[in-house]
Amino acid sequence: MTTTTGPTRITGAVGTAHTRVEGRDKVTGAARYAGEIPFADLAHGWLVVSTVARGSVRSVETAPVLAMPGVLTVLHHGNAPRVDADYIGLLGQPDPIVGLFQSDRVPCAGWPVALVVAETSEQAREAAEALVVRYETEPHDIEFTPDRPGTYTPEPRETMETDKGDLERELAASAVVVDARYSTPEEHHHPMEPHAATVRWDGGRLEVHDSNQGSKWVADELAKLFSLDPASVRVLSEHIGGGFGSKGVRPHQVAAAMAATVLHRPVRVVLTRRQMFSLVGYRSPTTHRVRLGADADGRLRAFGHDAQNLTSTVKEFVEQSAGFGRVMYDADAHRTANRLVRLDVPTPTWMRAPGEAPGSFAVESALDELAERCGIDPIALRARNEPTAGPVSGLPFAGRNLLACFEEGARRFGWAERDPRPGVRREGRWLLGTGTAAATFPAGAAPSTAAVTAQPDGTFTVRITASDIGTGARTALTLIAADALEVEPGRVQVRIGDSDFGHAMVAGGSTGTRSWAWAIMAAAADLREQLALGGDIPPEGVTARSDTSAAIAALPEKERHSYGAQFAEVAVDTTSGEVRVRRMLGIFAAGRIVNPLTARGQFIGGMTWGISMALHEEAVRDRASGAHVGPDLAGYHFAAHADVPRIEADWVDDPDVDDPVGIKGIGEIGIVGAAAAVANAVWHATGVRHRDLPIRPDRVLLAGTGAGPDGSRRA
Amino acid sequence: MTPSTSSAITLNINGEKHTLPVDHRTTLLDALRERLDLTGTKKGCDQGQCGACTVLIDGRRAVSCLQLAVAAEGREITTIEGVADGDRLHPVQQAFLDLDGYQCGYCTPGQICSALAVIEEHAAGWPSAVTADVRPEAGVPQLTAEEIRERMSGNLCRCGAYVSIVEAVARAAQVSAAEAAQGPSAGTEAAA
Repeated sequence: MTTTTGPTRITGAVGTAHTRVEGRDKVTGAARYAGEIPFADLAHGWLVVSTVARGSVRSVETAPVLAMPGVLTVLHHGNAPRVDADYIGLLGQPDPIVGLFQSDRVPCAGWPVALVVAETSEQAREAAEALVVRYETEPHDIEFTPDRPGTYTPEPRETMETDKGDLERELAASAVVVDARYSTPEEHHHPMEPHAATVRWDGGRLEVHDSNQGSKWVADELAKLFSLDPASVRVLSEHIGGGFGSKGVRPHQVAAAMAATVLHRPVRVVLTRRQMFSLVGYRSPTTHRVRLGADADGRLRAFGHDAQNLTSTVKEFVEQSAGFGRVMYDADAHRTANRLVRLDVPTPTWMRAPGEAPGSFAVESALDELAERCGIDPIALRARNEPTAGPVSGLPFAGRNLLACFEEGARRFGWAERDPRPGVRREGRWLLGTGTAAATFPAGAAPSTAAVTAQPDGTFTVRITASDIGTGARTALTLIAADALEVEPGRVQVRIGDSDFGHAMVAGGSTGTRSWAWAIMAAAADLREQLALGGDIPPEGVTARSDTSAAIAALPEKERHSYGAQFAEVAVDTTSGEVRVRRMLGIFAAGRIVNPLTARGQFIGGMTWGISMALHEEAVRDRASGAHVGPDLAGYHFAAHADVPRIEADWVDDPDVDDPVGIKGIGEIGIVGAAAAVANAVWHATGVRHRDLPIRPDRVLLAGTGAGPDGSRRA
Repeated sequence: MTPSTSSAITLNINGEKHTLPVDHRTTLLDALRERLDLTGTKKGCDQGQCGACTVLIDGRRAVSCLQLAVAAEGREITTIEGVADGDRLHPVQQAFLDLDGYQCGYCTPGQICSALAVIEEHAAGWPSAVTADVRPEAGVPQLTAEEIRERMSGNLCRCGAYVSIVEAVARAAQVSAAEAAQGPSAGTEAAA
């Protein structure tokens, strides 16, 4: 038996580029996702969703469908197993949509009303489409407008509203005032892999092969829903085809578990792309009123941001757009509010940079308007308003490298040569412009557990319920573990995506890799101490476990965030109204970068979302039916290859002295400020402000341009 | 299934013949994924809008979700499982791996199959919507980033990995051209 108590001292895996450890499986098609795990005797479930926007199910006419070839059962509110959705999970109350088929109520269009299960997917699909469901309908209301009747401030009020100083008085005393309204539309996650779960009962345990952002999280929620011992639910998610906030406990797992229970055989339920528009959450449309008051030199005296979004009638979800200004800009008077209205629509949820994405569009657009009115450079305006402490919290910043990002970005983008005048650069039928915006996102961490095992052959296995939804977490954690164990990465195997590995934070809120790395580093340090005692490693290995709850609680309270500076150059076609982004640059201060190869992809991916948010994405609801118009990937366009130019992302050093991990999340900050940078560039190109996203060709044409035929500005 | 709604068919996939009874409603995509356990081909939208299910049929790219399995009989089908040469990755696969031309990996098989066809289509002189000069005498246009973006636009990637996908396709096209010039045995050196 070999002993490995004295491993070769190798460090430095973190910070150098590594291709993904599962890369070969992904490029050869060998990587299996949740809907691809084979099972003998597998049955296929197909959900049926409501066609009315409000009312109740009067009848589900199952008899003709049960007579169709291969149909095994039809589950609906009249016969489904009972589940209890009235619980508080890791991230709060679940969306009541997971309390599947528990009542006849229909609170929105696209609400699940039945599951058809058949021997083959073709049979299930045809039977689901043939199923007649009759409804009692009630008048619905989906009209989302600013300050409409029913708009309220949700609880807890102290986190929804902040107020210091006298906003009206400071606005009145300001030399320059911007008072503008902005809006963003309903947006959808649409990971390329639709939500899928394959479920079976195995030796008294519910085994769920699922596509999600946290296997232990989903396992615990399913245990609560079905009133099971948490130990009797196992959720596995080896490969996940994207999530962006949409992949938690959702109707597909619940439906498959119900059917597997009723039929005593494995059942797979995969959502269709169309069903994803109503079953998995989305980003609420938002409206904003931003009021800025400044002295002539741009120093802010007044900062006001009133943000509103919608939610369903069954659950509150607040898109906390007003949070952005609470950490970015201080003023003598500072007032922010997140407000809400309940409508007959599905419940929104977290979507890549929830709050910060729409909030930064509004505030960073308004800052650009203020710079224009003050006649000062947009970057100089931001530098003039750098706060020394949290504007609302008063807490010190644990590093704030925003200006370093702007400095490096301006140098690389060529900002110094920019002519600030709008509407003066023509290239044939195109008007050209550049814009910039700031970005920030919280650097949070949440308690996690990990186990690290030293094997007799000199290799190590890390077990942690992490999720790699495409972020490169599996590879990043391999590098982290290798450095913590002081061995080369090839000797470390990181196993993730299995709820049996115990509690760990989900892949969300840009906290995943930071939280998991923390737990792995703690377990690895403990293991090295054990190994330092010497002796042979037994066949089962030596395992050390960690729990970071206490360490995270001990972290000094500070404003901990990542920062970024976004730059965009656009061309606006004055004949068609089309906006093309020609290049983008993002410079970020986001802690220690673990794997530069995949980190670049995370930043650029977020910036690509920013282009998409600025120019393309918009889910449209029909007022008459309350349902979506064109709910598919043609009707809901997000950026395709031809929409995305050369994008560069890079980073500046961003140490945090009292943080033992030093890693900040990087999955979300790339989208923050990106849409504002594009919109500000469109203003610089055309001389017209676009305050409503997306900046569609029709909006550009209707707004016209501020540029005269000779390039001079129109009055 | 009754005899009138199903047939036994033989599909030629990655050089292997598979005989199976299929429901006439079965798409080529579902036949691959659910009947033949070839799950590398992905289902992203099931209605021809995302490109995740792209395969090569008689050397041309096609979205397999819009193709009935019964209509694919007698045709040469290449899926992602048939792209590598044993353990040796195809230059397109190698470039995606090396340049991180993916994130979650779900659109990747479709992107790779599309890229294989893009490189062939371009080498054969096919113009695209962004080709400036489409006259035959203009010859093969340069495979610029703009050309790649245009030709790859049927393959959506929600992670937003387009920038590195385009880099990967460009590199693979160079490697393929070098291989074509030097003969088939030069592949590994060129890829490295």
